[in-house]
Amino acid sequence: MIAAQAAASGPVIPNFGGGSKCVVENHAFCWGWVNAHWGDTLQPALVQHVELTGIAVGIGFAIAFSAALVAYRRRWLSGPIEGFSALLYTIPSLALFQILVPFTGITTTTVEVALVAYTLVMLFPNIVAGLNAVPAEALDVARAMGFTRRQTLLRVELPLALPAIVAGLRVAVVSTVSLATIAAFLLPKGLGYPIFLALKEPSPFRTEIYSAGALAVALALTADLLLVATRRVLAPWARRSPA
Amino acid sequence: MEHVSKRYSGSEAAAVSDLSLTIEAGELCVLVGPSGCGKTTTLRMINRLTTLDSGEIMIDGRSTLTTTVTELRRGIGYVIQEGGLFPHMTVAGNIGTVPRLLGWSRGDVKRRVAELLELAGLDISLAERYPAELSGGQRQRVGLARALAADPPLLLMDEPFNALDPVVRERLQDELLRLHRELAKTIVFVTHDVDEAIKLGNRIAILRQGGVLAQYDTPDSILAQPANEFVREFVGENRALRRLALRRLDQIDLAPAAKASSGLPTVSSSATVREAVSLMIETGTKALSVVDENGEARGSIRFDDAAGLLR
Amino acid sequence: MTSAAVNLHTFLDAFRFIGSNWSLLLDKAAQQLELAGAALGLAMVIVLPIGVVLGHLRRGSTLAIGASIAGRALPVLVLIAAFLTVFGIGFVNNMIALAVLASGPILTNSYEGVARVEASVVDAARASGMTGAGMLRRVELPLALPLLAAGVRVAAVTVIATAPIAAIAGGGGLGDIIVNQASYGIDGVLGASLCAMALSVFAFVLLKTLERAITPPGLRRLAVFEKGNRPREPVPSPRSEPR
Repeated sequence: MIAAQAAASGPVIPNFGGGSKCVVENHAFCWGWVNAHWGDTLQPALVQHVELTGIAVGIGFAIAFSAALVAYRRRWLSGPIEGFSALLYTIPSLALFQILVPFTGITTTTVEVALVAYTLVMLFPNIVAGLNAVPAEALDVARAMGFTRRQTLLRVELPLALPAIVAGLRVAVVSTVSLATIAAFLLPKGLGYPIFLALKEPSPFRTEIYSAGALAVALALTADLLLVATRRVLAPWARRSPA
Repeated sequence: MEHVSKRYSGSEAAAVSDLSLTIEAGELCVLVGPSGCGKTTTLRMINRLTTLDSGEIMIDGRSTLTTTVTELRRGIGYVIQEGGLFPHMTVAGNIGTVPRLLGWSRGDVKRRVAELLELAGLDISLAERYPAELSGGQRQRVGLARALAADPPLLLMDEPFNALDPVVRERLQDELLRLHRELAKTIVFVTHDVDEAIKLGNRIAILRQGGVLAQYDTPDSILAQPANEFVREFVGENRALRRLALRRLDQIDLAPAAKASSGLPTVSSSATVREAVSLMIETGTKALSVVDENGEARGSIRFDDAAGLLR
Repeated sequence: MTSAAVNLHTFLDAFRFIGSNWSLLLDKAAQQLELAGAALGLAMVIVLPIGVVLGHLRRGSTLAIGASIAGRALPVLVLIAAFLTVFGIGFVNNMIALAVLASGPILTNSYEGVARVEASVVDAARASGMTGAGMLRRVELPLALPLLAAGVRVAAVTVIATAPIAAIAGGGGLGDIIVNQASYGIDGVLGASLCAMALSVFAFVLLKTLERAITPPGLRRLAVFEKGNRPREPVPSPRSEPR
């Protein structure tokens, strides 16, 4: 399955004129190669990676958020849900992919289902904690002022829970970027794929590994920073907290 | 309130049992008593934050159960300790909460916020600050301003000055009295501090364990004639002196002014009778000359007259 | 064949594979645990003392917290590939890569565990004449135990769950089977996946129970540092008063 795909896509190290000394001798990092292959290898992989992560976190957030709202009203549910999410997270990604294949085939869906499952343990507890951190007096006063339940949720509870929710999103996004590299074992997508291929060569091609790897790390960190900035904008009252 | 009762599940005794009380419009009524006497429960039953088990509460003749809960509460202001401000809104945002809820225009809300800041004695520059940046006293003022925003006829206050230090507390108590004079709203105030109750209330309702009404009267009457042993103990000692503190020199009849050459110590007309008596004891004189803020002699007060005031 | 029947069929085959290849699977599992254990041990030996000392001195919190973020942002695939280029294929490169992965939770939790010992307790200890090392040993470490144990547990489960990926770089373990459909067939891959899942879940439950067992009851409700999230304080009392 995987071996067949690897063979079909062909070797990644180019063979055309002036296969530079750097490439042939497999030095640590060859800028030339990066420039040459940005368009056909690295950029598509990056885009696919962003897609994979985005969809996974999006769906994961939707599920975790709904679950958190339910658990907020029925306290006894939050323990079991958290426990279940934690269990899901322990399943090795390779194993989970393979277990899903009989159901969803070798498709992006399989990868997304697994990635979504992994985000739950990071998002659910944080959203619940955020909602619980709303000061009781504020809720009391909101009721006394004549807020309806819905108004309280929208205008008081959710805004105050925002910092914790964003914290959860940060963990989820960064981890998912990291986990999405494993998708390469199943599909030729994402930044893991160039690395995967490079490893298959008898003598692993350093530049490809480092460049794809650096991109993955940069993507994760950028997303993290973006989320921090978002939190600053949406929740100016929250003091700057570590991590 | 008529025959109001409430029992919390899981407790044998009722929190409030068969309480009946009438508060006149424009009065500042204080509910005071030891902890566990049901004063907060009673307060919260007025705006239905706590449900009544039996009995009725009527505002202006209409039972609180007839309107929807939301409508009822939007006509009642509610103030708690430290104001209970929303941490995620600015001061202006907090104060404007109910007006915005009622659909006022932006301009109206802004104007009202400015009005209230001034009324509550806060600098306009605080409008864009967040609660976390304010002191306890400031937060309490914002809480009060917020409760007054939609101009509700009734204000409920649950031990609002509890968490403040004595100096700030006294200042806010004075502010509240001033506001009450200016705005003429009906205020129901809960506290466990009997001195605060005596200072603030037009009438005080002293509650015992289980919401039983021990006495409901003006501070002066309660001090003069405690209805029973419980009230006597609760109110504490030095009742006569404390009654004297309830009257100011410019509120009573004074004896004719002494001549300027008599050399009597002076006391301001805005001082209480108790302060006058205290000064007389300090200086060892039997009379004082009462002067107003311009230094003009308004009259005099003699020691025997002061003591006789209470009879 | 309907897809349900296909699925059932595939899983039955997988179980049959497990049944007839017990010893192979056990061998691989043992190999995986060996790798995980070595990585965890390496991480603990190096990182735990650093975290504890930093926590005691209450310095370097940015490093400690940052370690966790870095750990999440570095895809394990990148780590494995990178170390492979340095150390070549085999045991070492995977061990080091997994050790790096494990370091995040261990460093952060050992730091937080010691640093979060209440100031009043530390003051009392100092007042009774304890010196640095003594205080550490007798006061801070016992109180830091819950968070420390949680950190080690998270690291251990992470490493066990991630180890299968090492198969791509010669790390052995159940991953060997999972990536090698050509040799083992679909039933083999699925069977090994199920075993890997069972192994991880089992390790998680076991370690969680152990962790709870060694936590003195009084400290049990302390903040727990889960999966790189910020420590969560015990949840405040539930919202009373129905609408």
